[in-house]
Amino acid sequence: MTNAPLAILNARLIDPVAGSETRGGILLKDGAIAATGLFDLPADARTIDARGAVVAPGLIDVGVFAIDLPAFAAGGITRAALMPDQSPPLDEVALVQRAAAAGKPDLWVHPIAAATRGLAGAELAEIGLMRSGGAVAVATGRRRIADAGTMQRLLAYAGALGLPVIAHAEDEGLAGAAVATAGETATRLGLASAPAITEALAVARDLMLAEETGARLHFRQITTARALDLIRAARKRGLAVTCGISPAHLLLSDTAVTGFRTFARLSPPLRDERDRLACLAAVADGTIDMLCSAHDPQGPEAKRLPFADAEPGMAGAETLLTLSLNLVRDGHVSLPRLLALLSTAPATLIGLDPGSLAIGAPADLVLFDPDAPWVIRAEAMAAKAGNTPFDGLPVQGKVRHTIKGGTIVL
Amino acid sequence: MSDPAARANPLGDRPHPFPHRDLVSIYGLQPWEITGLLDEAEQWVEVNRGRTKHDERLRGLTLINAFFENSTRTLLSFEIAGKRLGADVVNMAVAQSSVKKGETLIDTAMTLNAMRADVIVIRHESSGAVQLIADKVDCPVLNAGDGRHEHPTQALLDALTIRRRKGRIEGLTVAICGDVLHSRVARSNILCLTALGAEVRVVAPPTLLPPAIEAMGVTPFTDFDEGIAGADVVMMLRLQRERMAGGFVPSPREYHMLHGLTPERLARAAPDALVMHPGPMNRGIEIASSVADDLQRSAITEQVEMGVAVRMACLDVLTRGRRGIEGW
Repeated sequence: MTNAPLAILNARLIDPVAGSETRGGILLKDGAIAATGLFDLPADARTIDARGAVVAPGLIDVGVFAIDLPAFAAGGITRAALMPDQSPPLDEVALVQRAAAAGKPDLWVHPIAAATRGLAGAELAEIGLMRSGGAVAVATGRRRIADAGTMQRLLAYAGALGLPVIAHAEDEGLAGAAVATAGETATRLGLASAPAITEALAVARDLMLAEETGARLHFRQITTARALDLIRAARKRGLAVTCGISPAHLLLSDTAVTGFRTFARLSPPLRDERDRLACLAAVADGTIDMLCSAHDPQGPEAKRLPFADAEPGMAGAETLLTLSLNLVRDGHVSLPRLLALLSTAPATLIGLDPGSLAIGAPADLVLFDPDAPWVIRAEAMAAKAGNTPFDGLPVQGKVRHTIKGGTIVL
Repeated sequence: MSDPAARANPLGDRPHPFPHRDLVSIYGLQPWEITGLLDEAEQWVEVNRGRTKHDERLRGLTLINAFFENSTRTLLSFEIAGKRLGADVVNMAVAQSSVKKGETLIDTAMTLNAMRADVIVIRHESSGAVQLIADKVDCPVLNAGDGRHEHPTQALLDALTIRRRKGRIEGLTVAICGDVLHSRVARSNILCLTALGAEVRVVAPPTLLPPAIEAMGVTPFTDFDEGIAGADVVMMLRLQRERMAGGFVPSPREYHMLHGLTPERLARAAPDALVMHPGPMNRGIEIASSVADDLQRSAITEQVEMGVAVRMACLDVLTRGRRGIEGW
């Protein structure tokens, strides 16, 4: 490792905070941005010729399930907020502190505290202590808290501490043992399914409780038209509610599970085409605040099973940016707006300074070529496991370098 | 209902090789492939009714029946079919508890493969499990029922039964009644009968009707009396009480009152309506004994008989390639 300044020249500099795009270079020194545009190149500086590629703040991925450094580096992710669903669950301050130190220096991990002890949904965990240990938010984990009383106390308590509550939106009674969204595909395949309103039901309850308590509420993944409508209405009433989505839910519908493809078994499950289109519209109109990878790599032991027995989840980190670029090409958002969805909004949610290209900002950057063609290959992924429903898909847009604290990690 | 032109065999009346290695589902079969299998099965009905029920065409081949889910009737049917064709038949009854995890399932598939089975018949409690195994082995695989997904030989034997009793399938109205939600038999039958030109209705309480079932080309009914009105075939399904944690129907007594096939209710169907049931029956719940045992109306024992013939036909057809028969 060297402390020599690093200069990236001949780049498209996109600053999502300023909403600006300029051409030129960027100089990184002592872990921070020292200059942009035209500057005098220090004699000891190393240089990278971007050859017209984009330089933007590093991506911030809220709600990953694994610390997977190679995958994050490959995806241009410089900070990740880790879900509490670990083994053991992040329900104690020592565990939170250990998780916070896990990725440095290449990646900063921001732990999300378990809302309840053991994520069991019954007793509140030591949220205040975990905040002192570095927790940036509180989450209910892979499941929601079924008991409305417990959820109400959680929102009140976390709200008073200034911590956002990240909720899983799925009514457990309606979902039952479902592994797919109710519809033609699930029926043809004979898969246990639940109607899409299982999400809206959970959202409706939690919005009411958030309104009562004044807490900040974030739904990690919202995937249905009806839930989005509830969130729009709540925003109009002034609620501090935000939501995210993964590119998989924007690009795939429930037909992707045809042939019992366990790589397409996700949580929440892939929805029908009408919901998918509603989600795209919600990204465009700003109802959906951020994109996340939902990175949850599952090895063959968990995926090479009959569909219903397989674990849900996908390796999403290294394809997050690539797949999201489809939103720009299809005209749903501009490139600066896309980068805001991938860095500024997640940073704001978890209380970080929004990533920008301002002088003095941390030198956490991604350098990517938005047009470079490649093919996603599950077996060639950097992730701990290559389970992706996009295996074999030709795509455009590739991360060339990920820079964390001024150091090139990819 | 599918277009009759689409159901025509592009080769006219000439038989043509069955172009599938496995029989995992009815989905994906062309109508002429289905009728081809039914025609093949016809000859075995006659053989099975004769004094000598033996044929040596599968001699030297090993048939493994791997049943991960309990079944007596289907296992016996495949065993008899295999033995009548001269195959070496091995039954592997795997206790459900010992093979719960799929990694073991794939291990099992690889073991079966290493033992050089020539054809494998599989039943499993999980939808899609048979396809998973079929992808891992080198020999033909027959699905004997996977979860709620499909049970193709049951649909073929039902179609054969209907065709023999009614002389045709095209244009008939078939009501599939009962626990459609949990039924692989219903799914395979819907695909098979609609492909052959029948009008299919599904009749069930709303809690046992799968979502979007009409997308499979059937008309759903929640009122039993309405659903079977004028039907040529009334196909009853077993109420799968073991899959009903959570209360899909209030009680067996109420189910029988509203959705059980009684002589009075059957009177609403066509006067010569055929009654079918894949078995085993819950007598007094989905079907009254007097209906089940009415030899004029009920084809239930004939279904069992057709089952052996259909399975012999499928084992024969799927192994022709391995037996070096030209063109297969």
